[in-house]
Amino acid sequence: MSPVRLVGPVRGLVIVGALVAFPLVFNEHWVVNIAIFTLMYAALATAWNLFAGYSGYISLGHVAFFGIGAYTLANAFSTATPLRGSATSLESHQLMSIGSGYRPFYVLPLVGLAVALLAVPIGWIALRTRAITFAIVTLTLLFVFQNLAFNLRGLTNGSSGLSMPTPNFDVSIYERPFYYAMLGVLLIGLVISWHVRGSKLGLMLFSIREDEEKARGLGVRTTGVKLIAFAASAGLTAMAGGVWAYYLTYIYPEYAVDPLVMIGSVLPVFLGGRGTLWGPVLGAIILVPAQQYMAYRLGASEFYLVGYAAVFVVILLVLPRGILPSLGDAYERWRYRGSRLTPAEEVPAS
Amino acid sequence: MSAASLLEAEGLTKRFGGVTAVDGCSFSVQSGSLTALIGPNGSGKTTLFNLLTGYARADGGVIRFDGRIVRRPDPISLYRAGLTRTFQQARIFPELTLIENMTVAVHQPWRAIVYPAVRRADRELARELLAEFGLSRLEHDRADRLSYGQKKLLEFATVLMSRPRLVLLDEPTAGVNPVMVERIEERIRALHARGLTFLVVEHNMPLVMGLCDPVIVLDHGRKIAEGPPAQVQNDPAVLDAYLGT
Repeated sequence: MSPVRLVGPVRGLVIVGALVAFPLVFNEHWVVNIAIFTLMYAALATAWNLFAGYSGYISLGHVAFFGIGAYTLANAFSTATPLRGSATSLESHQLMSIGSGYRPFYVLPLVGLAVALLAVPIGWIALRTRAITFAIVTLTLLFVFQNLAFNLRGLTNGSSGLSMPTPNFDVSIYERPFYYAMLGVLLIGLVISWHVRGSKLGLMLFSIREDEEKARGLGVRTTGVKLIAFAASAGLTAMAGGVWAYYLTYIYPEYAVDPLVMIGSVLPVFLGGRGTLWGPVLGAIILVPAQQYMAYRLGASEFYLVGYAAVFVVILLVLPRGILPSLGDAYERWRYRGSRLTPAEEVPAS
Repeated sequence: MSAASLLEAEGLTKRFGGVTAVDGCSFSVQSGSLTALIGPNGSGKTTLFNLLTGYARADGGVIRFDGRIVRRPDPISLYRAGLTRTFQQARIFPELTLIENMTVAVHQPWRAIVYPAVRRADRELARELLAEFGLSRLEHDRADRLSYGQKKLLEFATVLMSRPRLVLLDEPTAGVNPVMVERIEERIRALHARGLTFLVVEHNMPLVMGLCDPVIVLDHGRKIAEGPPAQVQNDPAVLDAYLGT
């Protein structure tokens, strides 16, 4: 391989190595806690980017799959069986807490696959619309699933929430398993995203993003291609939801299907750069700690959301295409410095 | 109609509210011909193109491609059957490179989605075509760096990637400088000589009359004349439509 072709893999290994080493270097619980949420949003943003960033379809309903993933895992390993409607007793909690351990993590890929399959019919209906209509339809999806989470008491225990057993991980490094599980989800997302970028599937998705009608005119099976990306993206989102549920051990409808989580998965993509591989990760690494800091500085009221909104406005004003594409543009300008404005030889006649 | 007709339209009709854009149009494109479709602005040429390529649904009439009735025309299956088109405003994928633009147009079976984006065979065919169209030097540039005329060339080259049987060109030389017009004309001639069938919408009359035969004339969505260029040029109905009364 030529040195140029090694840049990508080496960069990938360095970043992944740093992420693997992080909790070994920083032991403080609060740091690792923030790191877990950073990874979660990096994974969510990467999953969202796989569909929305590549195809150009803005989905505002992905957090519904986050919730489905969370509830699926919580159901499989819950302390109380909500079907019988019994409240969580201290006794059953203690009994079960010995049990689960790492098992929920092993089940996670299955949850991802199942939710990806579930996403196919949902996506098939939603993808009959385009552009802003698609955004609205998927936003509706978010609220439909939140309502379902409140009302399908048999599965979710309604607004009283669902609990999972607290695993008996070593207290001093309690967060580590969750950190690595979340990192695993992120890595799966990155590997899929990387592969798709370099494959025909990616090329087809990009052609849809650029001009869907034209792509149809060139024989690209647009609906199928979009559905594949949508399903993969939904499955990854659900896996992140599963880890989240196990980490919190107690989930409620309003947090499992939360518009704020949705925004949190979209913003990093816009900041880092839509359609890029590392943009969503970079965006999450900047935004999540910043959000935590603002939440800390601006108090427990949701005043920090104003700061968050301000970040979004600044992104749109200063870096409308995101950090990585803007850097790419700067590099292009540098590469073509001193040459003609365009490589075109001819002057258009009209 | 003769057995050699590649594309046939019978009584094609399209209404937009009260306006009948295409009104009972019947014509055929012979296999191996270089057929022109002309008519004053608003005569329904582009709408007709949209009906033939599945971008718009006809209100009435029948389309036959390669002897078979196309029941529900749709761009994807028609393209795969060998009928392809370009657009009046050159439509390319601006953020993809020229090679990638060309590669999108290759027929792909489903299993191909996991293949590398640009395979060796795709690249070779794309390079060959880009060379023929004089775009070789820009093959790794993004398509949005091209001039308008170059974009038209690229779009034309792109639809050839699938080795189509019939190419519908919607105003291939509109807004393009004279040198580029010559290049496009030369490409059409060369491809036609190799057996490719064309249906061309064009406003550049000297070009049409020198290049195409037969010429179909449309006015207010109706076919008003059809025949060799010399005959059409002297047809009173055609003169009437263009000069007005």
